[in-house]
Amino acid sequence: MSLALEPDDKHLLSPAIKMDRVTEDILAPMGRFPSLPWHLAFGLAQGVALLLLAPVAYQMFFGLGIYGITNPNGWGVFIVNFVFWIGIGHAGTLISAILFLFRQNWRTSINRSAEAMTIFAVMTAGVFPLVHVGRTWVAYWLVPYPAERQMWVNFRSPLLWDVFAVTTYFTVSLLFWYQGLLPDWATARDRAKNKFFRTLYSVLSFGWTGSARDWNHYERCYRQFAFLAAPLVLSVHSIVSFDFAVSLIPGWHTTIFPPYFVAGAIFSGFGMVVTLLVIMRKLYKLEHYITLTHMELMNKVILATSLIVGYAYASEFYIAWYSGHEYEQYQFLLRPFGPYAITFWTMVICNVVIPHAFWFRSIRRSIPWMFVISIFVNVGMWFERYNIFIISLHRDFLPSNWGMYYMTPFDYAITIGSFGMFFTLFLAFSRVFPTLAIAELKATLPEPSTGSRLGHDHGHADHAHKPAEVH
Amino acid sequence: MARVRVPAVLGFYDDAHDLSEVAGKANHEKGFKDLDAYSPYPIHGIEEQLGLKSSWVTIPARLGLVFGAFLGFSFQSWTSSVSWAVNIGGKPYISWPAWIPITFEAGVLMAAFCNLTAMFIACGLYPKPKTIVLSKRITNDRFVLVIPVKDDAEEAEAVSFLRENKALKIKIVDALDKEKGRLVFRSAPLAGEGAPA
Repeated sequence: MSLALEPDDKHLLSPAIKMDRVTEDILAPMGRFPSLPWHLAFGLAQGVALLLLAPVAYQMFFGLGIYGITNPNGWGVFIVNFVFWIGIGHAGTLISAILFLFRQNWRTSINRSAEAMTIFAVMTAGVFPLVHVGRTWVAYWLVPYPAERQMWVNFRSPLLWDVFAVTTYFTVSLLFWYQGLLPDWATARDRAKNKFFRTLYSVLSFGWTGSARDWNHYERCYRQFAFLAAPLVLSVHSIVSFDFAVSLIPGWHTTIFPPYFVAGAIFSGFGMVVTLLVIMRKLYKLEHYITLTHMELMNKVILATSLIVGYAYASEFYIAWYSGHEYEQYQFLLRPFGPYAITFWTMVICNVVIPHAFWFRSIRRSIPWMFVISIFVNVGMWFERYNIFIISLHRDFLPSNWGMYYMTPFDYAITIGSFGMFFTLFLAFSRVFPTLAIAELKATLPEPSTGSRLGHDHGHADHAHKPAEVH
Repeated sequence: MARVRVPAVLGFYDDAHDLSEVAGKANHEKGFKDLDAYSPYPIHGIEEQLGLKSSWVTIPARLGLVFGAFLGFSFQSWTSSVSWAVNIGGKPYISWPAWIPITFEAGVLMAAFCNLTAMFIACGLYPKPKTIVLSKRITNDRFVLVIPVKDDAEEAEAVSFLRENKALKIKIVDALDKEKGRLVFRSAPLAGEGAPA
């Protein structure tokens, strides 16, 4: 790696990076035999994924009793993990849709992997409700279909809204992601050395040729997807929060939940993006595409959303006091001082205190620091959900109805195993897919070509090379 | 609909500005018809230079949004009030505020499907085992202007136009060999002004 590829002050990427170099750098790992670090990481991830698979298989025979859920704690880690993973996914859509609509060019280096993360995170999240229903083999009862029972699902239930929100979110994210992949599959096809890969990539590219007429339709379609996905991603975590906010449980029954959940989701999602990209840029030598400036910008998002989340925590306490509602007030005494106080303080330290380190530029641009902080963010957001869901349920209105929740080894196993599933999928993706959006990246290169033959001034190359932009 | 037009003259460039400018000249000044341009990434503003109309693919998506939302809302109302009316806590059978989240999701889902399908139809995309391309470098780093021609005179005119505008390389595509599934090319000499090929 020569120093010439380091970006300068004016540009996000080095002006020395040319288009054919982008093609080569991004597609080369797809044709190589995986490296030893990749094999080790993939093996480890698969091993950890067994921790999810094994308890679920065991549960099919012995039932939900193997987990710690009891009355009144009927949700347990299932809902904690579900909301945690759905939240992780939100950063991907934010990057692909909302940053696109705001014309943030730096997204082009990270959008592909962030969207992949969305898809895998939603898949991982989807496991938990399916396991939690107990009789997983009849999980299709969640879908309204004309059955011999003649009854329909209850459309007044937020849990059913969740089914629709999550499946729609998954489908739309997948379609949007695939559209962005079309030109890159075409690049892989035209670069393929043998017939098998040429045919495979030709099928995957749907015969994309890069004609201006096609780009014209493509860009319209892309922008339309962004317009659809932007409100969708906000709706998904809002609807997830309705699972709680629409109930009457103290600590859940608040109107702040939708924005609070969305901010938390973006916070945790960016934490996960930073964790993943720190590893990926190193593993695939993508430091010149995912630069420190990109990482710094994401760290700024983490800092901003951390402030929102911290504000939401504070305002919950204020509203509990202001409401004069004694059950609500008791709930907010329980959080910092009750039997689960440790989860509350873990949450506060990880989500509100530690991200303040990002006020310092040197920390925002330090890979070891941001890696450690991003992991704290992930841990903190897991405990946030634990804090909200478990503490509110374990002591509600009637003391005769109170009960502690204890995780069994199976609960720990599925929680840790979900990370294995997620990382297995992500590592597989990083081997067989173009990990960066090649076409979009080329459009945002500082000087996309070797220079004009017709005598243009290339000093302001940006004005004509905006990425995928229509008007 | 992107189809390979034959016969046609191809001018190769390595710069998006150049392609856009030459496309504009070919269309507005020289009056070549049915032009097309190929590039590794979308070029801002080239639609006007080529005289392309703005794409219609957003229309099906918008209709899909409305239709999906209508379908979602009416399905919930029908199941809860006609097919199997259940009295839930004395609430109205059609408790419409509760329908809104699913109405929204159904609209977005339908719009997304319509959006992508419309783009596939507009661009003539489907899983093809073999894709016929003008040049393998288009998806890498080349920008190509395609000037369809009818006869030798038009061909000569197009070639000299591209020469004047300093194309890196000029090629003529004569025909599409359907049996072998490939294009038949002929290369045209550059003007010999020392332009690198």
